Amino acid sequence: MRAVTVIKPLLFLACLVPLALLGVDAWHDRLGANPIETITHVTGDWTLRLLLITLGVTPLRRLTGWNALLRLRRMLGLFAFFYACLHFSTWLVLDQFFYWPGIVEDIAERPFITVGFASFLMLIPLAVTSTNGMVRRLGAKRWQALHRLVYAIAIGGVLHFLWLVKKDLTEPLLYAAILAVLLGYRVAVRVRKFGKPDAAAQRPIKL
Amino acid sequence: MLIRKPSDIRPAEITDPAVYLGRRRFLATATAAAAGLWLAPGAMAAQKLDAAGNSRFSTAEPSTPYQDITRYNNFYEFGTDKESPAKRAHTLRTRPWTVAVEGEVKRPKVYDIDTLIKLAPLEERIYRLRCVEAWSMVVPWVGLPLGALIKQFQPTGRAKYVEFTTLHDPEQMPGQRSGVLDWPYVEGLRLDEAMHPLTILAVGLYGEVLPNQNGAPIRLVVPWKYGFKSIKSIVRIRFTDTLPATTWALSAPREYGFYANVNPAVSHPRWSQARERRIGEFLKRPTLPFNGYGEQVAELYRGMDLKKFF
Repeated sequence: MRAVTVIKPLLFLACLVPLALLGVDAWHDRLGANPIETITHVTGDWTLRLLLITLGVTPLRRLTGWNALLRLRRMLGLFAFFYACLHFSTWLVLDQFFYWPGIVEDIAERPFITVGFASFLMLIPLAVTSTNGMVRRLGAKRWQALHRLVYAIAIGGVLHFLWLVKKDLTEPLLYAAILAVLLGYRVAVRVRKFGKPDAAAQRPIKL
Repeated sequence: MLIRKPSDIRPAEITDPAVYLGRRRFLATATAAAAGLWLAPGAMAAQKLDAAGNSRFSTAEPSTPYQDITRYNNFYEFGTDKESPAKRAHTLRTRPWTVAVEGEVKRPKVYDIDTLIKLAPLEERIYRLRCVEAWSMVVPWVGLPLGALIKQFQPTGRAKYVEFTTLHDPEQMPGQRSGVLDWPYVEGLRLDEAMHPLTILAVGLYGEVLPNQNGAPIRLVVPWKYGFKSIKSIVRIRFTDTLPATTWALSAPREYGFYANVNPAVSHPRWSQARERRIGEFLKRPTLPFNGYGEQVAELYRGMDLKKFF
């Protein structure tokens, strides 16, 4: 029995815990004076956290050699999309209440919403092509190329948070730092993969 | 100052019993943290204030529940999230407290706060409060008209602005250890704004002494401006001929101006000001120019480009 077979359902439940806690708080009227703001924040927080956790799978896998971790990555990514949908619908329905002039203006004129909306849109093709069938249809190469969009999505998510905060940048900068490490890891891997730079190309050109 | 026919102001109305009951329920189920607020050393917490009934300046809209007014606060001196001030403001010592009246006045003086409060009769003023973050409340303040005090301070002919300063003591206000804003918090008004009958110094809400997290023991309330103008825990009132360098305008000059009049037509650079969420309501509502006090204050800004002087 592979460990992953046990871990996967447990992780699934763990990913639902933030939503469950939100529900419990809502039931007990513990969402504070501005419940819609609280729901928007919590769902946004978990979208970003799950995105970063998803991005952490590959480095963790390479470092530990535990390849089975890859089997968890799709579920984590889809949960990030799940919370993103909750976050977006909270904004669309509870915050704006389908007030389309406000929605369009916000998306067009508020940079933090533009970038957040763009990141959400980019998540959709990733979610749609997450199935085994889709991986086969696209072929590994095309699938991998498409799913590299997750880097842009994560950057967009961090910018969304950074640009919406009134003054206290502590939390957004923390996410930015974690993202920088996760992206930096991938840059480092690529640099190593292509070996040392060509010595000939390094020689200064004599004019 | 000519006070025209008030728009939504009606004769005194009894506060909705549900609101009072809500307050009683809150007091009955107070947690230890809340109990700490009431037991602030030397404070007259939970003490009733003898205030004249609803004034003609009060709105008839229902007041926001007490527990929301006292648990959802922007008071960075106690942390940058909305819940921290209620949890952490118990370290503020509201007595003894002095307010220094300085600058362009005939007789500068350091007042003990209890003397200052007696300079004019206390009134209940039920005002809308609109935060720049696009949420709002209706708060039944207890306070004194600032104009009545200013007359007694006797500003000289050179006084054009009034500058207010908050206490600066990181030991009492732990949020001041962070550099999120330049401390102490400073705000200011033009002299005619300060003299306007709507402008008050508040010392209480819901008929009781101001809880610490709402800016005890004395704070400004300017209901037609964004909430950050209504500076809390005031220790100094200075009359000056130069425009005060206000904290939020210093911190982000593109986003926060000196006048900060509530204006749905002028967006914050990063979000719209056209609508607001009234705390406790589900749907957003349109924001009114001057927070609905246009009839009373618009003439102060006649001829001013309110996009430029935001």
